[in-house]
Amino acid sequence: MNEGWLALIQQALGLLFSLDPDVWSIVSVSFSVSFAALAITLLPSMILGFILAFGRFRGRWFITNMIQTLQSIPTVVIGLLVYLMLTRMGPLGDLRWLFTQKGMILGQMLICAPVLVSMSQAAFTSVDRRAWETSRTLGASWFRSIWTLCRELKVPLLLAIVAGFSRILTEIGCSMMVGGNIADVTRNIPTAIALETSKGDFAQAIALGLVLLILSLVLNFTLGTLRGKAEPRSH
Amino acid sequence: MLNLKSIFSLALAATLVTAMPATAEEIIKLATTTSTENSGLLKNLLPKFEAETGYKVQVIATGTGKALKLARQGDVDLVMTHAPAAEAKFVNEGFGILPRGIMENDFVILGPKNDPAKIRGSKTAEEAFAKIAKSGATFISRGDNSGTNMKELIIWKNADIALTFNGYKAVGQGMGKTLLMASELQGYTLSDRGTFVAYKAKLDLAIDYDGGKALANPYQIVLINPEKYPELNHKGARAFSDWLIGAEAQGMINSYKVQGEQLFKATYSE
Repeated sequence: MNEGWLALIQQALGLLFSLDPDVWSIVSVSFSVSFAALAITLLPSMILGFILAFGRFRGRWFITNMIQTLQSIPTVVIGLLVYLMLTRMGPLGDLRWLFTQKGMILGQMLICAPVLVSMSQAAFTSVDRRAWETSRTLGASWFRSIWTLCRELKVPLLLAIVAGFSRILTEIGCSMMVGGNIADVTRNIPTAIALETSKGDFAQAIALGLVLLILSLVLNFTLGTLRGKAEPRSH
Repeated sequence: MLNLKSIFSLALAATLVTAMPATAEEIIKLATTTSTENSGLLKNLLPKFEAETGYKVQVIATGTGKALKLARQGDVDLVMTHAPAAEAKFVNEGFGILPRGIMENDFVILGPKNDPAKIRGSKTAEEAFAKIAKSGATFISRGDNSGTNMKELIIWKNADIALTFNGYKAVGQGMGKTLLMASELQGYTLSDRGTFVAYKAKLDLAIDYDGGKALANPYQIVLINPEKYPELNHKGARAFSDWLIGAEAQGMINSYKVQGEQLFKATYSE
């Protein structure tokens, strides 16, 4: 079996380095869908996070807890919800988004947003409220003051983005249900790994797993470096 | 002290004890396709065999491609699949012995009820597939190396059509999920009749081409070569294979019905 393993890993590396079109089509579907979902949700989520951290209004406690709850719902449940909305009989059935990238993006937005909101809320809450008030009383505009805060909170906000992004890049439940795993269209890294494993073909699955592994190593080490640089300043 | 940890370990121990087979000899591991499992045929046959012989059959239901792979690796005691070419290769390469055709059903081409590609009345499956490709209609392929998928690819090849046309979607899913997708997208697909009958109520699809003999779907049971993997339960595997070709099992296969339709036709002959 040892020889088998070695051969499999060799095959996997071969697929990656020979830029096998199947593998790279899957990687590009994964990235374009997840980037789109992240790009659309990023700004509104951060603004909501900011409002929840700084605002004092009725329902704040309720919304905060709802978002925390959404964060822990399994992605298959969100997949089910989006599926029911998009199916031909569903309320959004006329869009014909089921089994398309648009549908996948919609699902991933719902998965990504709660993470972004609650982590950015935590970041904004951690900052000294007086920094904000000083900035405002010194005559800085809303936009400018928020921008100052964001620069101050660069690391925790980046952490929020990375957490949101890696959650949607690696989720399988929603992508499989809503996307349908169509080759070259909605087949992304997680659904492809599940398929290859169910067929008993492991080389491609390993190649795709390596892409995810390398990506998460790079992201986390970059963040680690950032955090390391940020820490001395805050003390 | 009855704390959480000790409750856990007790529960674990209890599970292990109950999950342990009495003796390894009595278990037969059968790798087969999802169709035999999903259609309920095995649930109908196995209790009878188990009661008569004392063996216990554990079913691993997967695509034909993976079932044969499991057999190649010696992970199961025997296989029952429906892809004649792949099974012949399996036997010729010395992994399988004593292949026996036990039953067949047939494939049908399903599509939207209004048949936009006008495949009704086609003379052959190849003609029907060519019309689908030319009309710009959607075709949902299982794309998972299953027996049905292999059959579909052979038809495309015989029809001389490259699978790069716009409506072709390989979805990499089991038969049931593929049918639901075809229904949602109002596309065509190739399905075994059994799964279609089982899913009919949930689908907005009709049989647009009934393949008959040319789309026959024969199932074979193949033993694993004891020279390759002597430690497997060959005695049990042989007993099950022998039982399946017997008059009683063959009769049970013929009389097995889902919603009033016969799903499999027993075909064993010496």
